[in-house]
Amino acid sequence: MAEEIKLMKGNEAIAHAAIRYGCDGYFGYPITPQSEVLETLEELMPWETTGMVVLQAESEVAAINMVYGGAATGKAVMTSSSSPGVSLKQEGISYIAAAELPALIVNVMRGGPGLGTIQPSQADYFQATKGGGHGDYHLIVLAPATVQEMADFVGLGFDLSFKYRTPAMILADGIVGQMMEKVVLPEPRPRRTAEEIAEQCPWAATGKHGRKERNVMTSLELEPDKMEVNNLRLQETYKRIEENEVRYKEYHVEDAEYLIVAFGSVARICLKAIEDARARGIKIGLLRPITLWPFPSDRLKELSSKIKGILTVELNAGQMIEDVKLAVECKIPVYHFGRMGGIVPNPGEVMNAFNNCFGEASNNSDL
Amino acid sequence: MTSEDIIKNGSVVYSRPRLLNERNTHYCPGCSHGVVHRILAELLDEMGLEDKAIGVAPVGCAVFAYNYIDVDWIEAAHGRAPAVATAANRLNPENVVFTYQGDGDLAAIGTAETIHAANRGENIVMIFINNAIYGMTGGQMAPTTLLGQKTATSPYGRRADINGFPIKMSDILAQLDGTCYVTRQAVHTPAAVRKAKKALRTAFENAIAKRGTSVVEFVSTCNSGWKLSPAKANEWMAANMFEKYPLGDLKSI
Amino acid sequence: MKEEIIIAGFGGQGVLSMGKILAYAGLMENLEVTWMPSYGPEQRGGTANVTVIVSDSPISSPVLDTYDTAVLLNQQSLDKFEAKVKPGGTLIYDPSGIHRPPTRTDIKIVPVDAMSAAIEMNNTKTYNMILLGALLKHRPIVSVDAVLRGLKKTLPDRHHHLIPLNEKAIDRGMDIA
Repeated sequence: MAEEIKLMKGNEAIAHAAIRYGCDGYFGYPITPQSEVLETLEELMPWETTGMVVLQAESEVAAINMVYGGAATGKAVMTSSSSPGVSLKQEGISYIAAAELPALIVNVMRGGPGLGTIQPSQADYFQATKGGGHGDYHLIVLAPATVQEMADFVGLGFDLSFKYRTPAMILADGIVGQMMEKVVLPEPRPRRTAEEIAEQCPWAATGKHGRKERNVMTSLELEPDKMEVNNLRLQETYKRIEENEVRYKEYHVEDAEYLIVAFGSVARICLKAIEDARARGIKIGLLRPITLWPFPSDRLKELSSKIKGILTVELNAGQMIEDVKLAVECKIPVYHFGRMGGIVPNPGEVMNAFNNCFGEASNNSDL
Repeated sequence: MTSEDIIKNGSVVYSRPRLLNERNTHYCPGCSHGVVHRILAELLDEMGLEDKAIGVAPVGCAVFAYNYIDVDWIEAAHGRAPAVATAANRLNPENVVFTYQGDGDLAAIGTAETIHAANRGENIVMIFINNAIYGMTGGQMAPTTLLGQKTATSPYGRRADINGFPIKMSDILAQLDGTCYVTRQAVHTPAAVRKAKKALRTAFENAIAKRGTSVVEFVSTCNSGWKLSPAKANEWMAANMFEKYPLGDLKSI
Repeated sequence: MKEEIIIAGFGGQGVLSMGKILAYAGLMENLEVTWMPSYGPEQRGGTANVTVIVSDSPISSPVLDTYDTAVLLNQQSLDKFEAKVKPGGTLIYDPSGIHRPPTRTDIKIVPVDAMSAAIEMNNTKTYNMILLGALLKHRPIVSVDAVLRGLKKTLPDRHHHLIPLNEKAIDRGMDIA
């Protein structure tokens, strides 16, 4: 069956995709620029069709703990918010990671710190990829660049999250949340039945239902020896994720002399700059990490032997650049260009930044 | 009567409830938690809820409640049990979900979650242990600490001008349209225990019948935190706590 | 074919919805489209703008330096975006309320007195459709038929009776531009 192509905002695509994935519950609190997720769900009333629960919580704190409660019963549950709200959720996210529960968290980033601005930003890269809450844990972090990816990453995020029993995050920005473009929504699939959940999530607190041992979802362990074992188990999971789930996309890398590394919608701005530059004979390639954690470090290391330098472009003061530098082990120069406070650079600005970093060398390419 | 007669099955007048497992609890001797655990375990068994119940444990003295009562449990972050229970119940309406929370968890750090879950009328039971002190962390002031009561963080007695007033959380919850049953009980005498168990049964019946939120407050002792013997703690509770927190149903519809 | 368009004016002038209708028309013609709004409180008062790209090949950046076509509906927007129209491009503006009209000579400048036309039609809500008509006359990137099909698809049934009025407004815009 040919799927109908629709035109919608990234935030709306998240809501549609969640229902079609067979998501069991969404818990959220309004905050710009992602309120359309909750608004769209309330308008679509999935409780009448798939039975999905949608609830506007009293706070982001309550919402993430509802996600924790739902995930603890083996259900596919999610929340979405924007930067200040995601800060509030960090405690709950740490508990979800520690209790080894699957869940999907969407952050449509706005400028910070503090109350900041409602305009687009990527300044929560550190928070998303390095932990965010307390303790040693990671989220699987997916960075969509298109409305299509906003829709697709709902399913991908849930699947990975259940596969590894660890929370996943869609780290979007105000641009891809608010912009409209064409999208083909995923095929609808039914929500899992109680029997399927019992089979796939034998660990879940569903009520004993004849089970001899009770299931307890907890992150607490006061004995250091046992707590270290719990930590080692988490680290083992993270190692498997790093080995198997790195995702990225490359553009014009084959003959590139320089590389721009950018994620999310910023990568698209860079792509236009690169295409304009290539028309003038400057050979720049683009690497767009799709998973920000795990980060495509191996690929960057590999590329570093073929290229002269890297520019990272981010809507922040320079966060992902740290991972890029670690990946290339200081073998080639790595520079950062970023705008903050909700300002989005246009392709011309990116090109100027590139010229400022590699001006002389890139002029040689013209010869 | 010989000792053999005494250990005969027919002579048993008291035994460990089936769902209260063999693990030694970490509660101090004399603490009300033990008795409340016992009647909770008895009720879950008597009402046939072993397979359906999901408990949500708090942060506080009852943090390890999940270790002692043999049903499925979710350990919540401090204060968030009502939010956790909200989702667990909404996504699993055929289950019976209860929270077990202390005064710090339910009436300080988790006030928002408590009030909003009750205001939404979530079909859950909230078990509220009010002993007017933070037992787990070593006897600090609770939101329900009485005026003049000495704690580690109010060493000269709680002062209204500095610390505000003891909060009557059940009274607040009884005002909300979402609650169907709010009661205040104690477990300091056999008669009180029987009454408390009956109240708790009503609360679970409400959850099963989906009548809204039920709150069972237990005015409780913390003999370690209060620095009293178990017997003296019971006396102190009756003499001081019941005036501020009078026992009985605040709401029953 | 690729048309990069900025539409800017006061919130409430129908800037975002004009862009949306254009994007839907692109969808109807099986073109690639992006619709990137300025968002937030400015939608209710200050300046709002939307970037619409309609293309027959995949679109990279939804954020642009320069535009093929600009529809500018207040002085601030004119001041900000006149210089960003590509040489040879088109600038459509409503002269009412403009005290510093555009001055460039390397672009096509089209004044459209859409507010007067909308008042003549006894419905100020036709304002943005009149401008859309003007835009399509000078830049026929999508057909009027596609616009109407897009409208039919996006408007709830209870508003379908307004489609003929919208069609009239588009025609009016084409006449006066």
